[in-house]
Amino acid sequence: MHQLPQTLVNGLALGALYGLIAIGYTMVYGIVQLINFAHGEIVMIGAFGALTIHLWLPGDTPLPAALPLMLIGGAVASVAVATAAERFAYRPLRNAPRLAPLITAIGLSIALQQIVWAFYPDAKKSRGFPQFQGDAFELAGNLHIQRDDLFVLVAAPLCMLALGLFVARSRTGRAMQATAQDPDTAKLMGINTDRIIVLAFAIGGAFAAVAAVAQGLRAGQINFEMGFILGLKAFTAAVLGGIGNIYGAMLGGVVLGIAEAAASTYIQHIPGMQQLGGGGWKDVWAFALLILVLLIRPQGLLGERVADRA
Amino acid sequence: MTALLEVKNLRVAYGKIEAVKDISFSVEAGQIVTLIGTNGAGKTTTLRTLSGLLKPLAGTIRFDGRPLIGVPAHRIVALGLAHSPEGRHIFPRLTIAENLQLGAFLRKDGEGITKDIQRVYDLFPILGERARQAAGTLSGGEQQMLAMGRALMSRPKLLMLDEPSMGLSPIMMQRIMATITELKTSGTTILLVEQNAQAALSLADRGHVMEIGKIVLSGTGADLLHDESVRKAYLGED
Repeated sequence: MHQLPQTLVNGLALGALYGLIAIGYTMVYGIVQLINFAHGEIVMIGAFGALTIHLWLPGDTPLPAALPLMLIGGAVASVAVATAAERFAYRPLRNAPRLAPLITAIGLSIALQQIVWAFYPDAKKSRGFPQFQGDAFELAGNLHIQRDDLFVLVAAPLCMLALGLFVARSRTGRAMQATAQDPDTAKLMGINTDRIIVLAFAIGGAFAAVAAVAQGLRAGQINFEMGFILGLKAFTAAVLGGIGNIYGAMLGGVVLGIAEAAASTYIQHIPGMQQLGGGGWKDVWAFALLILVLLIRPQGLLGERVADRA
Repeated sequence: MTALLEVKNLRVAYGKIEAVKDISFSVEAGQIVTLIGTNGAGKTTTLRTLSGLLKPLAGTIRFDGRPLIGVPAHRIVALGLAHSPEGRHIFPRLTIAENLQLGAFLRKDGEGITKDIQRVYDLFPILGERARQAAGTLSGGEQQMLAMGRALMSRPKLLMLDEPSMGLSPIMMQRIMATITELKTSGTTILLVEQNAQAALSLADRGHVMEIGKIVLSGTGADLLHDESVRKAYLGED
């Protein structure tokens, strides 16, 4: 039990990262009812965008100074690819059967991976990503926060707060809610729903870039395949929290992150389950949690049953 | 004087099924014009085409001197054409006040918007009392008031109302019809689609009877109200 606070902190950092990516799934789904399965690759593109900036900067630039520029570089790359995907891959299929955009998303996902693999210098193997130097911060006797985790623990709440205020308070945010609830009627109000859809992809892309930098810092390396499992986990988080709900996405991420951390720490101590614990099994437990939640609460933790449309 | 709205030879299809087959009519400023007819006559399709949600096969629509066909739906409201859709379609998870603000989405005059919201609350006091409540919690009649109020928030030259009496209690229906008369008195031009022919024709300056995509009869509201075939078909007399 003395490991509990540390497990929570580790899980929180991982969960915040999942949550940032899950926002991208949930915003796009909320507005166009599309699962953008290429969103994991948008994260990967963001990581390479950030790395590109890092490589351009003079070698002795301290990481705290480089970080904002890397975030901007990652966001530019992610947002550009996400909005281009919307414009050229998904928009032409907006009135097509549901399966068509889904297959497109999978195809796009493979294409983006292969483009980075083929054209980014030395991307055929993992590329190193800068990390903060120095020891972990000690919060209490046995409780530490890794320097590289601190970034996501600060960035994720700030991003959520900004997004929450934007959606609830701004004129464009209200237009976004209207478009999600009833797109045809939103048009009758004078809302350009195509622009709202692009905006949803763009916000998802920007959040993906923040998550990408966080992942790069944590792992110390990035590669062209990194988006696959991250995307899958974040999609799980979005469904867990109730797809379409931005707070649900973050909550789902945090629950998933903590569950993963707890499973890695504790399950090996349960008699008879030694071989099912440890890091190697964490994905199994994450998806088991998803199945469990879907059985008990199919709409997700904060999801609403879709029955309030008169 | 040219009409505010002029529809000529309009044809609209869903796939291969033609829902509106070559109709023409016009609406003069200050009038109430009604389209009546049974389900499937093409009334709603006509309104959805006017507001840009559907693309016509053929025909012309002129509104306030401009051609409307090809203009995207979100631009049409800026020209002064507001549409309160069939089934109300309020935004259920937004508050009543937010729904009304969305009706004024393209307006920039903050003060005027506040004033107009107050005007809607004066028209429908129940909306003012529940301003901060989610619109989905309103009753059907209250939602209809909200949908009408929201459409008024764009200060339209022409207000299109699709089935405002649908699903309402007789008392609620009278309220809505009285409001339509008030709006006319205050100078709003209205294109009213109704299944309740009696109510619609008693308000209207002109009426058009639609049957499976065509206008089969036109006249003043009073003429149609006394027309034998209309009485038989739509007013439940034999």
